[in-house]
Amino acid sequence: MIPIDLILDIASWALIILGGAGVVVGAVGIVRFPDFYTRLHAAGITDTAGAELILLAMILQAPNWLVVAKLVFIGFFLFMTSPVSTHAIAHAAWVVGLRPMLGADLKREGEEQ
Amino acid sequence: MVRTIVLTLALAGLWLLLSGYFDKPLLLGFGAASVALCVWLAHRAGVLDFEGVPTGLMPRVFLYWWWLFVEIGKANFIVAREAIAIEPKLSPKLLRVVSPTKTNAGLATFANSITLTPGTVTVDLEPGYMVVHALTEALADEAAIRDMGRRVAALENGGAS
Repeated sequence: MIPIDLILDIASWALIILGGAGVVVGAVGIVRFPDFYTRLHAAGITDTAGAELILLAMILQAPNWLVVAKLVFIGFFLFMTSPVSTHAIAHAAWVVGLRPMLGADLKREGEEQ
Repeated sequence: MVRTIVLTLALAGLWLLLSGYFDKPLLLGFGAASVALCVWLAHRAGVLDFEGVPTGLMPRVFLYWWWLFVEIGKANFIVAREAIAIEPKLSPKLLRVVSPTKTNAGLATFANSITLTPGTVTVDLEPGYMVVHALTEALADEAAIRDMGRRVAALENGGAS
């Protein structure tokens, strides 16, 4: 019989590694993608996969259900607020007049290349 | 009236779960007082309406969130693959999406769902349509986005208000 703690620890580690990988991949994407709007998408990985998987790993390690409830609230509020901040940034750039690079050749509208 | 009760219960639940006090009468009294003050302020500010307390969306929205969770997982995978690919094949695209939602709460849910899904970001809201920026051709799947819109619209119609 495998102890339940061991199973929880293994599951937590797997989720922490996956979530950490999500955060790192998001950061790599922010550096590598070519323009402002595409970089926002990379930040989205950190916002969703990274944060939620790490929270899930922490839920598995919680000592009592009150801590579980608090972690669920954190996840819920992140879920609700991160798209609002992403939209605020994207909309600010759009209103100021920054146009995205479009198409497979990554050309900006009206740009000679 | 229903909205007042729902808001009171939600705030009381939040207070209890965050504080963890169940047997200290003085602190519970303070909690009840702060919940009452919040509900009174919300009532006075006139935000106890469909937008402030969207009870119409409530029972079905949890199923929708579960579905959204799975979609986010799939989209994450595609974007992550592009981020670490040796030669990322990006072809960003702007889409015009017409929202089938009728209320502001529904529109906000739809626009935020698009933004929350990696690979698509709602950039602008115009009367009648929204501008969505997508990372690649595969992610710029208008049929899938319209399907998401239909699901949000179905949430709205489920509630009485």
